[in-house]
Amino acid sequence: MKNIKYLLLRRATQIGILFLYFAANAYGWNILSGTFGTSFLFETIPLADPYTTIQVLATGFILGTDVLIGALIITFFYFVVGGRAFCSWVCPINMVTDLANWIRRKLNLDREEVNYRFLKRRARYWIMILGIMVSAFIGVAAFEVLSPITIMQRGIIFGFGMGGAVVLAIFLFDLFGVKNGWCGHLCPLGAAYSIIGTKSLIRVKHNHENCTNCMDCKIICPENQVLPMINKESISVTNGECTNCGRCVDVCNDDALEFSIRSFIKK
Amino acid sequence: MKHSDSRRNFMATTAQSVGLTALGGMLWSGYTDSVKASPLVLRPPGAIQEADFLTACIKCGLCAEACQNRDTNIDKETGEAREGTLKMAKGGDSLLIGTPYFVPTEVPCYMCEDIPCVPVCPSGALDMKTLLNEKKELDINKSTMGLAVVHKESCIAFWGIQCDACYRACPLLDVAITLEYQKNDRTGKHAFLLPVVQDTACTGCGLCEQACVTEKPAIFVLPNNIAKGKAGNHYVKGWDSKDQERVQSAKGLETTTELSKKDPNDYLNMEVDY
Repeated sequence: MKNIKYLLLRRATQIGILFLYFAANAYGWNILSGTFGTSFLFETIPLADPYTTIQVLATGFILGTDVLIGALIITFFYFVVGGRAFCSWVCPINMVTDLANWIRRKLNLDREEVNYRFLKRRARYWIMILGIMVSAFIGVAAFEVLSPITIMQRGIIFGFGMGGAVVLAIFLFDLFGVKNGWCGHLCPLGAAYSIIGTKSLIRVKHNHENCTNCMDCKIICPENQVLPMINKESISVTNGECTNCGRCVDVCNDDALEFSIRSFIKK
Repeated sequence: MKHSDSRRNFMATTAQSVGLTALGGMLWSGYTDSVKASPLVLRPPGAIQEADFLTACIKCGLCAEACQNRDTNIDKETGEAREGTLKMAKGGDSLLIGTPYFVPTEVPCYMCEDIPCVPVCPSGALDMKTLLNEKKELDINKSTMGLAVVHKESCIAFWGIQCDACYRACPLLDVAITLEYQKNDRTGKHAFLLPVVQDTACTGCGLCEQACVTEKPAIFVLPNNIAKGKAGNHYVKGWDSKDQERVQSAKGLETTTELSKKDPNDYLNMEVDY
């Protein structure tokens, strides 16, 4: 049987967090209330999405201190655990795009001749900057009017309406359009978390001695540009685009990949 | 040769990046600008001006959750929580997605004394300061969510039929809606009991709209900027000493208009081409 330890852990975390948000509205629980925009943990600790916060600040509106403190807490948290740990351990869209990826593999849609490559992975950084500029220009947080992430989260908490179409669009785009199209190429939130995570402490480390060069890790990895060291060097992943999803650790049969605390001391 | 090729490539990719960024920026701006144009919407109590509200609201939904889970939202018959007043705009609602609003005919604002929806707002889109009374206490009667407007032609009280559903439903009974008595000339022996909304007291909660008995409510709440006119600064109430203060420092401006030297016969009875 394949090792799916981190996959199960991630799904449990994602669904658990979403359920706590759902229960805050449906049952009046006070563990985790609000949405990613701003939440409260146990009604006291504010948590806020840094990219949303920057967009609102770009419009010139002076946000409440709870939001600003919340954004700092979240930034610090993901600075430590890996910026894009949000993407693979919290974000609900991850489940949608992972499903699309899984079907892609089953239908063998990753073949070179049917794999569109008209998008560059760095497009997301441009979109991230553009989102801040449009926010400043129009006076409304620009990504928040179309973000499938919060549309899906609010859909789960308050009901989807037509918002489900956005989630379906992302699914179809990732399945039949570009591989890892949304999360790996377009999402400005992921781009922001990539930047937060450039110096993160928790990172996957490669053990060159054990590697048999089977490339299973590179096949499963949604951001496989972060794995240039496979079968070359025994170092940690240093690219902030790594989502710390742990799929490479799961699929490696040779104990060549494991989570560790990143060392900044050069050897 | 090689050198100029790489330069040409560099210029082409630069032009492409700039062009695509401009295209994306324009599409994105156009879309964002159009989705925020939704003036016919009622916001929670304490909401700042609509244009600022759209900027400030961080779409967290804490107000809607507080409204849904307030103590007073338990149905006395079933013991279960009812649907809350505040809804979060979804795709297809033609409103800025993720912002809170309410529809009085579905669920009006019940004007909770403790106003659970406002203090939870983290961003400042719902401003508690606007709801404080003289004693610095939260006072829901200070809220200005909208203004109720009566359509006389469909209001059956204006037909002469006795109905005071809106007057009775109003949480500020006989303050925000008053009854004006008039003689019914048609019958000669009956009275009209006409509902009149008092602009300064009406909070826009929508309980009147929900209570209205006509097929489509003859009294309905509109956002303040839609429902209210504005006379402009140059009209001063000469009989109102407070309003007079506005022009106390105004300096007299004397203008003289020269008398026309033309003979009236030159311009009166003139043929005019239409």
